[in-house]
Amino acid sequence: MKAARSFFDSVRPHFEKGGKWEKFYPAYDAFETFAFVPGHTAHSGAHIRDAIDLKRTMVTVIFAMIPCLLFGMYNVGLQHFRALGQPDTAFMEMFLFGALKVMPMVVVSYAVGLGIEFAFAIVKRHSINEGYLVSGMLIPLIMPVDIPLWMVAVSTVFAVVIGKEVFGGTGMNILNPALTARAFAFFAYPSWMSGDKVWVNTSGGTLVDGYSGSTILGNLAVTGKTGVGYADWSMAEMVIGTIPGSIGETSKIAVAIGALILLWTGIASWRIMLMSAVGALSMGLLFNALSAVVPSPEMQLYLAIPFWQHLIIGSWAFATVFMATDPVSGAQTNTGKLWYGFLIGFFGIMIRVFNPAYPEGMMLAILLMNVFAPLIDHYVIEANVRKRLKRVQPLTAKA
Amino acid sequence: MSKEVRIQRGLNLKLKGKAEKQIHPIGAASVYALLPVDFPGLTPKLLVKEGDEVRAGQPLFCDKRDERILYCAPVSGEVASIDRGAKRVIEAVRILPDSEQKYTEVANWPIQGNKEEVQQWLMASGAWPFVRQRPYAVVADPSETPKSIHISCFNSVPLAADLEFALHGMEALFAAGIEVLKKLTPGKIHLNVDGSEAAPRFISETRGVEVNRFFGPHPASNIGVQIHHLDPLNKGEVVWYVQPQDVVLIGRLAIEHRYETERTVAVCGSGVEKPQYVKTRIGAQLSPVVQNNLKPGKQRVISGDILTGRKASAEGFLGTYHAQVTVIPEGDQPEFFGWLSIDPKKFSISRTLFAWLNPNKEYELDTNMHGEERAFVVSGEYEKVFPFDLYPVPLIKAIMAEDIERMERLGIYEVAEEDFALCEVVCTSKLPLQETVRHGLDLVRKEMM
Repeated sequence: MKAARSFFDSVRPHFEKGGKWEKFYPAYDAFETFAFVPGHTAHSGAHIRDAIDLKRTMVTVIFAMIPCLLFGMYNVGLQHFRALGQPDTAFMEMFLFGALKVMPMVVVSYAVGLGIEFAFAIVKRHSINEGYLVSGMLIPLIMPVDIPLWMVAVSTVFAVVIGKEVFGGTGMNILNPALTARAFAFFAYPSWMSGDKVWVNTSGGTLVDGYSGSTILGNLAVTGKTGVGYADWSMAEMVIGTIPGSIGETSKIAVAIGALILLWTGIASWRIMLMSAVGALSMGLLFNALSAVVPSPEMQLYLAIPFWQHLIIGSWAFATVFMATDPVSGAQTNTGKLWYGFLIGFFGIMIRVFNPAYPEGMMLAILLMNVFAPLIDHYVIEANVRKRLKRVQPLTAKA
Repeated sequence: MSKEVRIQRGLNLKLKGKAEKQIHPIGAASVYALLPVDFPGLTPKLLVKEGDEVRAGQPLFCDKRDERILYCAPVSGEVASIDRGAKRVIEAVRILPDSEQKYTEVANWPIQGNKEEVQQWLMASGAWPFVRQRPYAVVADPSETPKSIHISCFNSVPLAADLEFALHGMEALFAAGIEVLKKLTPGKIHLNVDGSEAAPRFISETRGVEVNRFFGPHPASNIGVQIHHLDPLNKGEVVWYVQPQDVVLIGRLAIEHRYETERTVAVCGSGVEKPQYVKTRIGAQLSPVVQNNLKPGKQRVISGDILTGRKASAEGFLGTYHAQVTVIPEGDQPEFFGWLSIDPKKFSISRTLFAWLNPNKEYELDTNMHGEERAFVVSGEYEKVFPFDLYPVPLIKAIMAEDIERMERLGIYEVAEEDFALCEVVCTSKLPLQETVRHGLDLVRKEMM
């Protein structure tokens, strides 16, 4: 620790005013404040402060995502070896295969994202904020494993620049940055983000006969039938997560562990999570009721999927726990969060079932609600303002 | 009708160093000072110059906006110096005290008089600054008529001075002060007490008032919280409030005919060896209060409480409205990977640390910010400690945008800096909320003038 302290102290003069690298001060400051919480004391207002800060908040979210990351790595390997007809490969070999596929994506995401943030901070002369620590981990977890790294990089550039920095950086964005990256990839490179070729890495061997690497929802969107795809997988596998899908979202158990960490520490909103479940279940129930009257048989089967299964057959769980709960892009009043969460779950399932072009509706539902969140908050606050205005008796104008 | 109010949102922060209930004798201070900064919104006009002899209760400066409002010397002696800061702003008027105190003559209070006459008497005797108002949390405007007057008779801040102990034996003086205050409003006088304890003895001789009981964590004793729950302010309405020790001062003016600023003050915090009470005066230099009592290491001496007090030093002065002196260690050392640390000595209301395991643990907190200032990111954290039916974050944003109409609609009239003190403590983004709220209040007040 003393070595680190003296290292920073010796290097600092170069970055301060008059130093050779004066304009790179934000970069130096980012590393120094990463290693050392500064010795700033309260200079106005309350003389004590809570030990929480944004770094601690962000790192808690990262800890919550680690189960998904680790399981995702294992699952990538598992799906790969199953596809090649070698389902009994050793656990470590599967895990290492997955890790070797996933870690480069994580590295690219962080390097590109943080590089852009550093550049913006240096040009605009403000300090580098910690917001990207979480988005950087989320972006790989919501991509399919076979997506080329350069696409991950370009999507990250789009997300950080358009999704966050042009609005003013951390705390100012309207849309969830990780979902902006995914939306960009989805619309710019659709064949790499959907279909049945990208979810499982099938390189390095021969495929087993009749293998389909599509996700459950992918299949439902195409066929609507509870045939190949949906009926292939048991409830247990859907919950444990040994199914094809984006890297981090398959295991509902890993997501649940993350949810427990976030709820317990108070970092994420239980209101959003709970109401998203209520909204999704409501839409599912509505569909179950409608399935009897719908004319086409494919639609009928899709609508008849038991309403509670919608919570485990796609990325509803991951999106609700890690994406919908983003505090900056979501509703910020407690009442607003109830509506925001409900509509995310409601629309997410609706888009998923009704629209064959979008097998999973959660990404679009969350982006849509991100745009509407300020409106929801506006009405909640207006209701409060009006309640107070009603108290006023008619007053004569002040002299 | 006396009301019982239960406050759900807030935080009782348990800290080490609560003052023991004994009065420790200390030497008299060698210099006193009156600081205009104690009175937000005040532009002082000097009435004395260096070298003048003054008596206790003699005006040192008045309010430029209303020259009847006088700010008087807490002790008699010689004006030693008038300290000025940037732009010739008066920072302090220092007085070297006489060994034997001389007081100005105070007339009998107009017991049969109307509001104007009683106000005039209060202003002339220098007690007016102790009457403050909401909205704006400034010294009351005598041209207004308040709809009621509130007295918060307990203190829920961390390390609070025990008012029952500090005002021991002053029942008659308190009652006399209340009789004076009754003349100032056509409405009621509300005495707001701690519901979880028996009513404090110092109100036992007071009659004709409404006693309301408050339960719940801090900020239950904040006057803004009490007014909000009993009879919320609307635009155009005014409520006045006085602290209990200042009610006693007014009572003394009425009965003993002198401007007596001596009071029992708590010396508390983890930075003092022996937390105790002392008798001192408003404006006293703090060195005799804290000397030989400071623990080793860099300590911050605060005039006032840990949430709203003014940073001072041993050479600083006791504020006019302050009933305690808090001393805590300065936390000015960088901490290696402090944001990953799970040190049980750190406090957080989130469960990322371990305060939730032991709710009765007493903490020794220092002044470290534990992070740098950021934009608003986390939502819902202020609401946990803000017991108002208002939305704190939109209000702060409206103040930052200097949007006066929006501030009004969001409830700026009902709040003051102290109501945001806990929000400032728990803020993840380390925003200077109290400073911001004060700025907002000053803006709106100026607009309304």
